[in-house]
Amino acid sequence: MKPRIISLFLVLAFFLAFSGIVSAGTMMSVQVKKGDVRATPAFLGKIVSTLEYGDRVEVLERKDAWMRIGPTTKSSSGWIHSSALTDKRITLQAGSKDAQVAASGGELALAGKGFNAEVEAEFKARNRDLDFSAIDRMQATDIPQERIAAFLKEGGLTDGSGDAR
Amino acid sequence: MKIRLYNTVRLIAAVSIAVLWGCVVEEVARVGTTVGQSTGVMTKEQADSINRSATAISKAAEDFTPEQEYYIGRSVGATLLAKYKPYGDSQAENYINLIGLALAQASDRPETFGGYHFMILDSNEINAFAAPGGLIFVTREILRLCKNEDEIAAVLAHEIGHVELNHGIQAIEKNRKLEALKILAVEGTKAFGKQELASLTSTFESSIGDITSTMVNNGYSRGFEREADAAAIKMLSRVGYDPSSLAAMLREMEKKLKPGGADFVKTHPSPASRISDLPPSARGQLTESPARRARFEKALKNI
Repeated sequence: MKPRIISLFLVLAFFLAFSGIVSAGTMMSVQVKKGDVRATPAFLGKIVSTLEYGDRVEVLERKDAWMRIGPTTKSSSGWIHSSALTDKRITLQAGSKDAQVAASGGELALAGKGFNAEVEAEFKARNRDLDFSAIDRMQATDIPQERIAAFLKEGGLTDGSGDAR
Repeated sequence: MKIRLYNTVRLIAAVSIAVLWGCVVEEVARVGTTVGQSTGVMTKEQADSINRSATAISKAAEDFTPEQEYYIGRSVGATLLAKYKPYGDSQAENYINLIGLALAQASDRPETFGGYHFMILDSNEINAFAAPGGLIFVTREILRLCKNEDEIAAVLAHEIGHVELNHGIQAIEKNRKLEALKILAVEGTKAFGKQELASLTSTFESSIGDITSTMVNNGYSRGFEREADAAAIKMLSRVGYDPSSLAAMLREMEKKLKPGGADFVKTHPSPASRISDLPPSARGQLTESPARRARFEKALKNI
């Protein structure tokens, strides 16, 4: 009985060690316009750098919904929320803001294609009565993290992002 | 003992081979896509082989990317603003943006392509809308209904829940989605031709129609509303708002909603049924926070 348990542990230990190495090297892409990288795994963590749509990052470690990524040419190492990342590959087309996606691991991802700025422009041309300026203004509001932090503190609230899964 | 050790070694070897094989496959794919990338566009052969791959297309058909969701959301928002006008009180708007962002960051999907943004609509209808990607609209009347900051948080958290759970995108008719993704599968690797752009825009237009008519006329299913309420309770608790605020707000709404109205009555299950769907722990009486009282009154004094 005992040796069998030892064998089981050996296999388990080996597998855990190996899978650790494999997942540590996982490459992912930033799937949002602006991907903030933070010093600690929480939104109140200091922003150490900002990544762009399509940037490739290496995941070194996971903590709940946060991923610690290795340094890139544009950014230092730090934490980014997993909802900002995808395992699809997104590549930027030369001379165009639109992104082009290649197939990776049998998966077809389509970014910068489909419903994009070009389609929106065509939609606007067909619906001239629609006014996008208020939407542009709405999206232009950018409230700094420090103001959210101060707002939470003043109201006796807490940053819930550390618990977010 | 010897045999068992042998079995162990054999098992380790098998696992190693499986893991290494996975790496090889990944590497081959990586090299392939790097080539496609360095040449700017993928070759016709590569594109064809991708297009032939049924599994790849069905995989892509599962969802729109966050970037596409962003464009859908913008047009849904603009369509909504043809019916409702922005209120434009910057102090009140700033206040609900702070509450909303704090909640969104505590949600299960804090990052969307263009981020979360909140707007007040100048309307006497009790209503709130969430466009895909995180554009959230609340009417002056629903804010007037809220007796404190926690109840506003409950309204916003419910809308963030719809974004987090992709309810808007799911309102797009399935055949429409397949139509769009079929065009993309063929056109995915090159620029649109005039005809593709025209047919894709038609599909886009109909998709916007599906979402706005669901939001404004038909409403989501009771199941979706229940899911959004559950997500809201989670966000409220994480941030430190009283989760009873959702039930408290629904009770206020029950009192004010007129049967047969064109607002929330039409698009939402009755407040009583939504309260009964909440966990018992979230159905109690709301405890007011003095710390949040002053700023609530100041920010919404003109609402």
